[in-house]
Amino acid sequence: MSADWPILSAVIWLPVLGGLLVAFSGDRAPNVSRWLALVVAVLTFLLSLLLYTGFEMNTAAMQFQENIPWIESFQVNYHLGVDGISMPLIILTTFITILVIIAGWQVIQYKPSQYMAAFLIMEGVMVGVFSALDAMLFYVFWEAMLIPMFLIIGVWGGPNRVYATIKFFLYTFLGSVFMLVALIYMYFQSGSMSILDFHTLKLGLTEQILIFLAFLAAFAVKVPMWPVHTWLPDAHVEAPTGGSVILAAIMLKIGGYGFLRFSLPITPDASKELDWLIIGMSLIAVVYIGFVALVQQDMKKLIAYSSIAHMGFVTLGFFIAFIILAKPEVDSGVILGMQGGMVQMVSHGFISAAMFLCVGVLYDRMHSREISDYGGVVNTMPWFAAFMVFFAMANAGLPGTSGFVGEFMVIVASFRADFWLAFLAATTLIVGAAYTLWMVKRVIFGDIANDNVAALQDINKREALVLTSLAIAVLVLGLWPEPLIQIMDASIANLVNHIAVPKL
Amino acid sequence: MEDMKTIYLILVLAPLAGSVIAGLFRNQIGKAGAHWVTILGVGVSFLLSAYVFWQHVMNGAPVFNENLYTWMVVDGLEMHVGFLVDNLTAMMITVVTFVSLMVHIYTVGYMAHEDGYQRFFSYISLFTFSMLMLVMSNNFLQLFFGWEAVGLVSYLLIGFYYKRETAIFANMKAFLVNRVGDFGFILGIAAIAMYFNSLDYAQVFSAAPDKAGETISIWGDSQWSLMTVICILLFIGAMGKSAQMPLHVWLPDSMEGPTPISALIHAATMVTAGIFMVARTSPLFELSETALSFVLIIGATTAFFMGLIGIVQNDIKRVVAYSTLSQLGYMVAALGASAYAAGLFHLMTHAFFKALLFLAAGSVIIGMHHNQDIRNMGGLRKYMKITWITALLGSLALIGFPGFSGFFSKDAIIEAVGYSQITGATYAHWLLVAGVFVTALYSFRMYFLVFHGKGPRDEHAKDHLKESPAVVTVPLILLAIPSVFIGWFAIEPMLFGDFFKGVLHVASAHDTLGEVGKTYHDQIGFISHGMMMLPFWLAMAGLAVAWYVYLMKPSIADGIRSRFDWLYRLLDRKYGFDEFNQAVFAGGSLFIGRLLWNVGDKTVIDGIAVNGSARSVGVLAQAVRWVQSGYLYHYAIAMILGLLGLLFWFVVR
Repeated sequence: MSADWPILSAVIWLPVLGGLLVAFSGDRAPNVSRWLALVVAVLTFLLSLLLYTGFEMNTAAMQFQENIPWIESFQVNYHLGVDGISMPLIILTTFITILVIIAGWQVIQYKPSQYMAAFLIMEGVMVGVFSALDAMLFYVFWEAMLIPMFLIIGVWGGPNRVYATIKFFLYTFLGSVFMLVALIYMYFQSGSMSILDFHTLKLGLTEQILIFLAFLAAFAVKVPMWPVHTWLPDAHVEAPTGGSVILAAIMLKIGGYGFLRFSLPITPDASKELDWLIIGMSLIAVVYIGFVALVQQDMKKLIAYSSIAHMGFVTLGFFIAFIILAKPEVDSGVILGMQGGMVQMVSHGFISAAMFLCVGVLYDRMHSREISDYGGVVNTMPWFAAFMVFFAMANAGLPGTSGFVGEFMVIVASFRADFWLAFLAATTLIVGAAYTLWMVKRVIFGDIANDNVAALQDINKREALVLTSLAIAVLVLGLWPEPLIQIMDASIANLVNHIAVPKL
Repeated sequence: MEDMKTIYLILVLAPLAGSVIAGLFRNQIGKAGAHWVTILGVGVSFLLSAYVFWQHVMNGAPVFNENLYTWMVVDGLEMHVGFLVDNLTAMMITVVTFVSLMVHIYTVGYMAHEDGYQRFFSYISLFTFSMLMLVMSNNFLQLFFGWEAVGLVSYLLIGFYYKRETAIFANMKAFLVNRVGDFGFILGIAAIAMYFNSLDYAQVFSAAPDKAGETISIWGDSQWSLMTVICILLFIGAMGKSAQMPLHVWLPDSMEGPTPISALIHAATMVTAGIFMVARTSPLFELSETALSFVLIIGATTAFFMGLIGIVQNDIKRVVAYSTLSQLGYMVAALGASAYAAGLFHLMTHAFFKALLFLAAGSVIIGMHHNQDIRNMGGLRKYMKITWITALLGSLALIGFPGFSGFFSKDAIIEAVGYSQITGATYAHWLLVAGVFVTALYSFRMYFLVFHGKGPRDEHAKDHLKESPAVVTVPLILLAIPSVFIGWFAIEPMLFGDFFKGVLHVASAHDTLGEVGKTYHDQIGFISHGMMMLPFWLAMAGLAVAWYVYLMKPSIADGIRSRFDWLYRLLDRKYGFDEFNQAVFAGGSLFIGRLLWNVGDKTVIDGIAVNGSARSVGVLAQAVRWVQSGYLYHYAIAMILGLLGLLFWFVVR
């Protein structure tokens, strides 16, 4: 289906242009910039909802396609389109951006217009990543994404922000250079820059393995997977709340998305050959990182490590496919695992955003992220405590919240691959609950720990609005995940059929 | 059918509505508003449950099994939210809503002067909703939802006094220990999903016999019976929720919560969810004798050894808590002996008399101004007549005094286990028989120390001791009635009639209750038969010893205690489970976490790999910079050396 008018372009460029407008509006009337930013974000979100309402559920084909030549001599096209895999992530992006704008309303007093502008531009670029169907266009958006985030951390970040930004930049940039080489190689092989053409490109096993490793370098850093995860805690700690939210809720998903859009369909045989590597890294993420999260003293670091552990479920869900496919006696579970990984991505978008916003609420009041500086927050902030406990439970995968759905699906699917995979994955039930609830115990419960806690004010209406929106999202997805499953079903089924057939 | 569906929906959602209103609008509706709205919700729920019970049990309404909505359909696996209402469900919802209603009313008195009054009502109504979702589910997924939701509310309520360090430690411990159980449970569900491709009870149970012979390999080439693996995994979940050894450690600590919830959640309803689950899945358990043996041995071990600890406790609530652990062990043992009906029967009688005992303990605690040490009590019968009489009735029911409800249910369990032929049955039988003595001893030790003897040993208590208000005593009386009589009326239909026909599945080789039934004629006959058996005399002996040792000659107790000091210390430390878990699991996890963080993340990855490569780039740059000195004669000599080198190479070649 091609749209009557370019909805995707609108969702990409409206926030980018809106962001430039906000930036040029300057800080003379900060409230004007804030309102302008909010209006742009809300409009973008509403526009992106058209993608849902007009979405054709029963096809895996790309929808809302736009395809115009861009650099003709290299067959590079401005080619956009979405399927059931990218569409939910785009709506997640536009939804979270609104919340980030609202959350930064009062807190950001230093150059607020540029702050808002950075997030709007970031939003457009991220939507571009999710909707690009041309490899070069994808790469441009992919790298462009680094700039606003670099600025967000570098300008509005904490005291050690320079180390964090450089680490963040070099880590991710190093990974993407390998991806660029792989993309160029495939361009020479196929004479096309279209990602969909890459999907059908015949490649030998050695070629595939090299390309797979190149993609892995890019995506593993983004996800992030162990052992290339150490930039994330540093980036989170130094980033302002909004930056952490975007980082955790959206940017990490781009890595997971990359596996589905590039690695699996382009190099299915290499994926099959190296699935042990990814599964091993995923399980290390779930188990190893879970224990590391347990001993963190800094709330943001703890949630950052928790993010890595939760993202382990995503990659695990994607790559157990090959073990299940290799077992003739098991006839299902591949789709379940992939869908589970996708649900986990969307759910983690909500929950990690909420957790970082909760820490932000505390940080704005106390200017500390150290767990030991808190204690007994419930006494002075009962409504906030209710939200925090709710999101903590969602983070621990309580059924009825979205956090349960993806983990459950991946555990059920991995049982079909191997008992011990499911066993190791399910340890998150214990360890995940342990690090989350221990933090809640030390921060929220107990008697008032010190005078600073005694002076805390409960959340205001704006903060309540943000947290309530996320709470509703977490509950709805937890109680009724079927609509999301339906959106993705045709695309995931198509992908599974595609990877089941060797390319050699 | 449609109007029944509406009834079930209202039945489940009424407490949820009450909870949401009391929780979100606590300031608007005030204290009275909160208790009225939640009592109304649970009251509606109870009346509808009674109606449902009437329809199903008396009028033989057909089994209701319908899905409400589709949770998700993925990869051929359908998951729904729906209700299954048969006689088992009808019994469970009636018990749950009745006890819950009593506890709601009681709370009005118990919590009258506490902070967080509205919050408390909101929680217990939320609990009632979750528990109803659990028992009314028609599939494993919703069962797990209810399972974890009751765990959440239990967490919130144990930590209700969030300022108390012990309370917030206990609630985290409870949640985590339950999560260990749920870890097994979710793997069990995953196994069912894999081999049955469904989570719907009816579909799974009807396909189960065909899978009885299947095996799966878990470790190397050794083959395990599929049913054994599934059932043991599911039962690990039950061990967490129903506090069976070694996952029992959270239940005694859960007494940090206010007393009404100890009665509702940690005695009458939530902790019996494991028993309910195993009984519900009896078509699976019947296919694995190994799993049944496992269940039987765990249950009997818990029943005896947890009862022993009850003897040395001095906190009134902890005595009752260990008693609950022990009684849950009896129920689990019944399940292991395939006497599911007896386990459920004991679940029901226990719900009434244990809720009664907890609420009576709460009444005593009110009278003692929150002093919970039974060594400070004594002679309370003079001050609190209704509490005294009802507590006596509850205690008699607990020790299985002939004619009381507990007598019928406990005797049925012991006899059924006696008939069991599976591995471990003899061991279990003797522990359960011996447990009767222990039960009588700890129950009446507490009873005599609290209600008899000379006045309260705490002199100050005399000034304020008085009977609790009617909102407290009326629920006691209302709970005392079924505690005494329900056994008499229910034994015939539940154990030997067709109350559970089509619900519970018992293989003919395991039909222990059938053996018991062969000698059963009527209640009188059952009582007179029981009075000739060992357990009855053990109960009487326990009662007599308690009377003599704790009331007549307290010096004996001290003598025994110093004589068997090692035993006392062992019991007082609860066999050291807490110390072990704290050192090995909690300490071990933190040790591993620190090790991985400091060595793995900080030293190896960040220190050597990341910053190391950054440093090596720096070092290389330094080296190269030395060459780029900027002096012309350096470059000149380099050129000359290069030319010489080239010449040399040409010549030599």
